Amino acid sequence: MLPEDKKRTAHRTLVTRILEGDGRASRAQRRAAFENAGLAEPLRTLIDKVARQPRRVTDGDIAAVLASGESEDQLFELVVCAAIGQATRQYETALEALAQAMTGQKKE
Amino acid sequence: MRLKILDSGYSFGTKVLFALIHAVSRQPVPDAAKLVFYRPDFYGAPMKEITQEAMRGPSAWSVGDRELMAAFVSQTNECAFCIGAHTATAARAYHDEAKVYAALADLETAPIEEPLRATLRMLGKLTAEQAVTTDDIRAVLAAGVSREQIEDALAVSFAFNTTDRLADAFGFFVPGPKAFEAGAKFLLRRGYR
Repeated sequence: MLPEDKKRTAHRTLVTRILEGDGRASRAQRRAAFENAGLAEPLRTLIDKVARQPRRVTDGDIAAVLASGESEDQLFELVVCAAIGQATRQYETALEALAQAMTGQKKE
Repeated sequence: MRLKILDSGYSFGTKVLFALIHAVSRQPVPDAAKLVFYRPDFYGAPMKEITQEAMRGPSAWSVGDRELMAAFVSQTNECAFCIGAHTATAARAYHDEAKVYAALADLETAPIEEPLRATLRMLGKLTAEQAVTTDDIRAVLAAGVSREQIEDALAVSFAFNTTDRLADAFGFFVPGPKAFEAGAKFLLRRGYR
């Protein structure tokens, strides 16, 4: 077995920090933003755009979340969680495909 | 920037550092740098660790190859700030601007080696479609790319799929070519720490 890639360790540290460390947004909310699931409007629209079509985020999406009572620091954290969440799903899916491709190669 | 805290919510020491960067580079501090200095304990510090390791850590890919991957992922995400920053950095790292522009204009005909082409193709699909299949990975292996090189490329893709999203969500200011040139020099001299 290869020793684990340092980048994967650094990735896990990052994810653990944003989801489980101290923050201004609750852990439950950070987790929901990371997973892009279970959020209420107007946060839902903003977080879904960050995850799936970040280019379409508007000043209005940000303003709506701030007007709903979230602070700038809470919004900062939740947007960070959403971006890392989506990039993590891509990363883990691809690493899983790589692991499967390597297993397949060994059998041949 | 769309959040006031990302423009002005810094400690005195960080503001002094920004003034110094401005004085030395004769360019405003790029929004990408501001972001990692904002409450670095939450995001900036752990993100710099993985980005530095992916972009400058040990790898069979050259620094130029990894900067091109960053530019290519950013182009797939249509993230203007990151395309500008990493196109300039890749061109400077390779000492070959034409090669970078060719790869971004038409990957299939660009004068780059097949392992890099196959890897960029896979990263483009992962970025656009959010997933790749085992067959997609096998195609990269068949082009002569090692397992470690694929892992390295996926870490670059992670870093820039994160950064591209934050650049667009927070509304990074997109500066002109001189600022991207100054940024490229900095990233090649100092890396992402």
